[in-house]
Amino acid sequence: MTNALLTIDHLQTHFFTPSGVVKAVNDISLRVREGETVCIVGESGCGKSVTAMSVLGLVAEPQGKVVGGDIRFDGVDLLQLSPLEKQQLRGNDIAMIFQEPMSSLNPVLTIGEQIMEPLWEHLLLSKKEARAKAIELISLVGIPRPEEIMNAYPHQLSGGMLQRIMIAIAISCNPRLLIADEPTTALDVTIQAQILDLLREIKETYNTAILLITHDLGVVAEMADYVVVMYAGKVIEEGPVLELFSNPRHPYTRGLLQAKPVIGQRKKRLNSIPGQVPNLIGLADSCYFHDRCESCMSVCRLKQPELKQIDDGHRVACWLYEEESGLA
Amino acid sequence: MSSIVTETAGLAGTRTGARRSSLWRDTFAKLKKNKVAMCGLVFLVIMFLFCFIGPFFSPYASGKVNTVMINKPPSMAHWLGTDNLGRDILTRLMQAGRISLTVGLAAMLLSVFIGSVLGVVAGYYRGVVDQIVMRFADILMTIPGLPLLFIIGAILSEWKVPTDYRIYIVMLMLSLIGWPELARLVRSQILSLREREFMQATESLGLRDHRKLFFHLLPNTIPILIVVATLRVGGAILSESVLSYLGLGVVPPTPTWGNMIDAANTLIDFQKRPWLWIPPGFAIFATVISINLLGDGLRDALDPKMKR
Repeated sequence: MTNALLTIDHLQTHFFTPSGVVKAVNDISLRVREGETVCIVGESGCGKSVTAMSVLGLVAEPQGKVVGGDIRFDGVDLLQLSPLEKQQLRGNDIAMIFQEPMSSLNPVLTIGEQIMEPLWEHLLLSKKEARAKAIELISLVGIPRPEEIMNAYPHQLSGGMLQRIMIAIAISCNPRLLIADEPTTALDVTIQAQILDLLREIKETYNTAILLITHDLGVVAEMADYVVVMYAGKVIEEGPVLELFSNPRHPYTRGLLQAKPVIGQRKKRLNSIPGQVPNLIGLADSCYFHDRCESCMSVCRLKQPELKQIDDGHRVACWLYEEESGLA
Repeated sequence: MSSIVTETAGLAGTRTGARRSSLWRDTFAKLKKNKVAMCGLVFLVIMFLFCFIGPFFSPYASGKVNTVMINKPPSMAHWLGTDNLGRDILTRLMQAGRISLTVGLAAMLLSVFIGSVLGVVAGYYRGVVDQIVMRFADILMTIPGLPLLFIIGAILSEWKVPTDYRIYIVMLMLSLIGWPELARLVRSQILSLREREFMQATESLGLRDHRKLFFHLLPNTIPILIVVATLRVGGAILSESVLSYLGLGVVPPTPTWGNMIDAANTLIDFQKRPWLWIPPGFAIFATVISINLLGDGLRDALDPKMKR
């Protein structure tokens, strides 16, 4: 096993709103090894994106704040870095791809200008070198006629092309970790597949670690080496992708997997998990999933289960398995 | 040989075509459809040519006094007559236009520069910087502009500032009262722009602040800045005229449209010699109207919601 590149330990990111403290990320630990793809899965509002933002230090101050835990990148504590050191790290060692390619590029600057920027900033290339490298990057992400694209404005390209450009910008400085926050959500299915292929190619060629955030289990199955399932700001289950898909333990993970459409099976309605994600303000000290859980027990309403190892690399936070291990 | 030439020419053509197929081209195309705004633009171009190139065709030197030809009405030799020192009004009008237009443009550029830099900085950093800049702007905005200009003008006269320098000082004065409004406008734009997703993207790319401010944020405010700046030129020309008319701005012998109208102060000139004050008055009126029409046209052309 290679070393962990990114280690998040007991991270807590809270948002202080007028109606109370929102514990968006509540005690999360995960690691990403070099060249590994880790997927964070969960419904909207479960803290996936906030985790990613916390890594880059982009949580909107002053409402949001990392209140506990630490994030280490290659041994360096990211939370202790000065703003300047953070700036040098972002884009250079850790790069991010956003969900909405249409709004993540500046509408008044040409594609070329936006690709060349990090090259000037981090690699200190001259204008000419940056231009050559930018053209190379555009063709690398599979866009034809790179010279013309250099002079185009974002509104002249399609969503898929823009996402490719975003990827080109993200990999321009050969980052060691690529954070992709739902990179395919805004795209249609065929383009989605192409973008995922591109990400996989990049991972294989440059041995880039990828932290992929998604709510699409299809994407997870295709991309991930290791999966982390989040619910209401907590990790509820994690494990290697094959293990997790073949042997899901947590009722929520099972529900998610059952909700997935299967090719070849015709159903009137897809399965769904009843209920809603709880309001993150003032959560009681119970299992956050208890009111939606099929196998809810009395202990679930009283105490929060801890993340426990059950198999090799497979960890789950559910009282069902605490009991089991207690019995054994 | 010739084929190579045509090929490279064709390539250059497509390249510039791709580059210009942006905001400016669209804007100009829309502007061309707006007849009123185009009239304004054409008149302004003529006015500029008249003022900056016209004097080279005039047989009279600008400040040349001719004691024989005093206060003569328009004739073939002097198309717009002569003034009380026998100077040719037409030539003087052109010279005055140079000064007035330059003062207007320079005051605008300076206030746009100060206003946009301070506005971007205040809007982006918020907090203390914002408070200091905007409260200072508020203070300047609470003092009515004209009285403030009168006071400064009076001080200048008191200090006996050389007349050559007064032009520059008038530019400074006008930009001093002009920048707060622009700073406010830019700041309000930046406040909304800085929350946009592409700014988060620049953050995640680890770009330095000056790059974010002046390369990413400021270009997004340019359309609105252009409109306001255009209208501003008209305002600055008017203010300069008022000041010079009252003898607090640019003072004779340097001619400006404003101090040429000063002739209307004398009752006999006002009643008997309209050629002294009608031409500069018309020049100011027509220039400012043209600028305002052009500004309105630009606003319509740059507004994406105005689809016709």
